[in-house]
Amino acid sequence: MKPADNKLNALSVRNLSVSVPARGGRVLAVDNISFDLPIGKKIGVVGESGSGKSLTALALMRLIKDPVQVDAGEIFMGGKDIMKLSAKEFLPYRGGEIAMIYQDPMSALNPIMRIGEQIIESIRVHSPMSKQAARKIAIDQLGSVGIPEPEKRIDSYPFEMSGGMLQRVVIAIALSGNAKVLIADEATTALDVSTQERVLTLIDKTATERGLSVLLITHDLGVAAQYADEILVMYAGRIVEHGQVQQVFSRSVHPYTRALLDSKCDYTLDVTKPIKSIAGQPPRPDNRPSGCVFAPRCDFAEPACSASIPLLSAHGDAMAACFRADELIFNQEVR
Amino acid sequence: MSTTSVVASLNNVTRTFVSKRGDVKALDEVSISLQQGKTLALVGESGSGKTTAARILLGLDQPDSGSVNILGSELGGLKHEQMRLLRKSIQVVQQDPYSQLNRRHCVERIIEGPLLAFNVGDKISRRDKVISLLKAVGLEEEHLRRRPHELSGGQCQRVAIARALALDPKIVVLDEAVSALDVSVRAQVLNLLRELRDELGLTYLFITHDLGVAHYLADEIAVMFRGRIVEQGDRKDVFIDSKHPYTVDLLKSVPLAVPPDEKRQNNMDVQTLPSPNPTDACTYRSRCTVGRDLAQCASDKLTFTKGSPTHLWMCHFPVGGK
Repeated sequence: MKPADNKLNALSVRNLSVSVPARGGRVLAVDNISFDLPIGKKIGVVGESGSGKSLTALALMRLIKDPVQVDAGEIFMGGKDIMKLSAKEFLPYRGGEIAMIYQDPMSALNPIMRIGEQIIESIRVHSPMSKQAARKIAIDQLGSVGIPEPEKRIDSYPFEMSGGMLQRVVIAIALSGNAKVLIADEATTALDVSTQERVLTLIDKTATERGLSVLLITHDLGVAAQYADEILVMYAGRIVEHGQVQQVFSRSVHPYTRALLDSKCDYTLDVTKPIKSIAGQPPRPDNRPSGCVFAPRCDFAEPACSASIPLLSAHGDAMAACFRADELIFNQEVR
Repeated sequence: MSTTSVVASLNNVTRTFVSKRGDVKALDEVSISLQQGKTLALVGESGSGKTTAARILLGLDQPDSGSVNILGSELGGLKHEQMRLLRKSIQVVQQDPYSQLNRRHCVERIIEGPLLAFNVGDKISRRDKVISLLKAVGLEEEHLRRRPHELSGGQCQRVAIARALALDPKIVVLDEAVSALDVSVRAQVLNLLRELRDELGLTYLFITHDLGVAHYLADEIAVMFRGRIVEQGDRKDVFIDSKHPYTVDLLKSVPLAVPPDEKRQNNMDVQTLPSPNPTDACTYRSRCTVGRDLAQCASDKLTFTKGSPTHLWMCHFPVGGK
């Protein structure tokens, strides 16, 4: 992997590992991952539950708490390794440089505080000003995230709004500190498809207008395909494939990515055949196989796959962690 | 469609929930019928009334008007004991793999539960039945003593399916039964549900917000919006020849896992969706690109248009003409 270059990248992650306690010691839930988020780009992080997507996001926000620990790794933002900053030094970064939207807007907001107060509070944390001035900005922001009649809505309580509207409020709060990196962790998973489409387009538009870089964490391959520029595929704590969205969805390299795409179920599918599913289930963190973590479920695994860990490396225009990647690309009909 | 093969039906069912902030018509004259061995999918967004329809079919809620018929019996007229016996024939699998199972019970006790409730067989025959059910859903004898927390989400969902099948039901209601599962595991469970249906001749009412899984499993689709069925028909009718603007919008909103077009649409309206106007004749009018400004859609009462014996819609200006 290239050295972290802070001129082109909003965020560079190097050798990040996060561990969780398990029977008889600790296990790596995020296992030595490295990637760059280029300025103004959107990376879709896809993977099944337990693949380490959310812990990666929390590590970037420095929100990992005991008993979960960051064991190793550097996270560069604007030339600084934010992991080396003290908690106090990091404060202006959280919300000011990097902000996050969560899956459930209802639990991200305080249920007994009007939404206006919550937005005003976060505006004033990042730039001290009077409440009246902050209220004006809050109204503008509510309008810009597509909430009708923001001057009335600002005095609503969370329970008076729909899920889609609340997620917009959360987005407004996340953007109130003028962060440059936005992490959306399953931000539209709880929404209906028609609302999801609007909220994702809103994130997309806002990112373009403000030059934001986005980490779009999702288990929905469709969302990643339609709203991201690059795709990072995670499996059992590791990055198994990383490439441009076109490459990953038309010429995926890693057998897991291929299997994941085969097991999708959308309305374009031929219903006369069963869906190709992946046998077995993702390994639990305390029971990871040795060598390639996907080998036990992989159609192309060889004894060598279980002997050592494949590293993420370039294969054509893609990055994949697979010993047989070149062979699989060369021999597409193996599929 | 011959009437002899109908195993369950809701006929003009209306259910209104009364609240301080105004009454909500969760179901507005909804009629559906389940054909023996077939799957009907109810699709729609949250609040469309899908789950209320399922609860009423299961006898867990009563309609304000209209009737419910299961295997020839009218639900409203049944005595408690008759209803209890009827429940053997209609079972349910719910969304959350963990919370629908008693976490203090082991898998054997969970699947045996319905057999115990109806005093079926003795200890030995029940055990045999539990083991054969486990095998049918792709689990092994070694899982008998496990408790839900020792199983993965997919395995829990298999246990819930095994329990639902314990009494050899005719009808299984699947309420978002695969929504909480990961993609790879969801494919396994969907395949399993299809195999079981075809082997055992089961009839499914499949409730989902996911058009993809509805397309895969269902023979017939009913699209719901705010308590009404707005379009209903064979799978192909609804997906290929969609008539209601809501069905069309719904299909368009699903992001597909395919390489994106070079030029993505970034010009769509990102405002919140307008809420329905309660006085409109068509509940979808406020969001409808066709009828938003048409007076007829606000004033004229809608009825079903029958495009073919298998395809119905409730719209004055269907997509592609009448």
